[in-house]
Amino acid sequence: MAKKLVIEHLNAWFGAVQAIKDITIDIEENGVTAVIGPSGCGKTTFVRCLNRIHEVVDSARVSGRVMLDGIDIYSKTSDPVLVRRRIGMVFQKPNPFPTMSIFENVAAGLKLNGIKKKDRIADTVEQSLKNAALWDEVKDKLFKPATTLSGGQQQRLCIARTIAIEPEIVLMDEPASALDPISTARIEELIQQIKERYTIVIVTHNMQQAARVSDYTGFFLLGELIEFNRTSDIFTNPIDKRTEDYITGRFG
Amino acid sequence: MERKFDEELKELSGMLVKMGSLAQTMIHKSVKALTDRDTAMLREVYGLEESVNAMHVEIDDFCLKLLALRQPQAGDLRMITGAIKINTDLERLGDQAVNIAQRTESLLERPVIKPLVDIPRESTIAQKMVSDSLDAFIRKDVKLAEDVLTRDDTIDDINNQIFRELLTYMMSDHTTIPTAIDLIFVSKNLERIADHATNIAEDVIFMVIGKDIRHHMAIK
Repeated sequence: MAKKLVIEHLNAWFGAVQAIKDITIDIEENGVTAVIGPSGCGKTTFVRCLNRIHEVVDSARVSGRVMLDGIDIYSKTSDPVLVRRRIGMVFQKPNPFPTMSIFENVAAGLKLNGIKKKDRIADTVEQSLKNAALWDEVKDKLFKPATTLSGGQQQRLCIARTIAIEPEIVLMDEPASALDPISTARIEELIQQIKERYTIVIVTHNMQQAARVSDYTGFFLLGELIEFNRTSDIFTNPIDKRTEDYITGRFG
Repeated sequence: MERKFDEELKELSGMLVKMGSLAQTMIHKSVKALTDRDTAMLREVYGLEESVNAMHVEIDDFCLKLLALRQPQAGDLRMITGAIKINTDLERLGDQAVNIAQRTESLLERPVIKPLVDIPRESTIAQKMVSDSLDAFIRKDVKLAEDVLTRDDTIDDINNQIFRELLTYMMSDHTTIPTAIDLIFVSKNLERIADHATNIAEDVIFMVIGKDIRHHMAIK
């Protein structure tokens, strides 16, 4: 498989505090890469560095390189807005635009990107909702407020909104941690379905979830990448004792 | 951090050790019945088989519960899948002992055709392989497990030798055929016992270091 993202010597700080240290890792195209580790290990900061969202926080700083198809997203000529269009993000808590309808939520990114044709917008909204496995549940109430949906539906709406602008990579920061088991299962199933078209990086607290959905897993501890390997290897025969102790529930 | 799960894994380990010791006793008694021509000992072997069979079911059931409820990973996962396989080998060890006992019953009805030399020797090596494979399991001792693997060829050689020798008896005097065939089967049972010990040793290596060395797969 091709390498979609090549991350080299990535460091990130909040003020004087270093959140991640010297991370070097390749993200495979059309694969699901899971990032696991205990609270405060830097996994969220890590993915936030991958689409330049980390730097929107005051005092936040990054060094190192993140090569997207061979071009450094941190180079001087790189536009963070364009980076974020190619690398979308789904957050822990579903965050639909509260004043907008279901339809408008998905259409918002398209309009911001200058797409005006109503037919095209309607087609893309429908396709995105179908791809996010939400269409059948909302097709009769597209113009109701997004906030009338359940938490699990709202999260799938956010995924639809993210994939509507056709990013190449989708970053997911604990996308199912606020959801019930049924909604979680739907999101996981969705990840399996959409990975044919996107490259996915998912942060998760839930190791079973990493085991179920990902092809590769990275274990972070205290800002360092301890082990990165095929998920099947990490969960059957991890190399580092700290990985073993974490995934078998001896700490964390 | 000591987990509740660790207690359960220790319990599982203890069950396998107990079953292993029952199977070892069965093998020991079945061979001793043959060498000492002691019919009473055979009944003990049959009695122990029931306990081994009961443990076979009990251990599989326990492993299934642990897999479902604990959803083990990494070393824990290898421990439980290994336990399921070792459990099967221990049950088969018991079966082999029963087979030896049944052949012995038939052998004890007839006069001896020769002093038993190679069968006791084969039995000693096979029983040591079983006890060492179980020790390797208890101590997570990869070196000892690897050592068990090296002994399997010796057993195969003795088994072949016994076959060839008994063939000459059968060719020179056809009245020895029923006894010789029984002895060939006993030797074959001991050879299978060594194979099960080898399987256990291989499972121990997989449990401890996660490398599958079965069927001469190279250690990666």
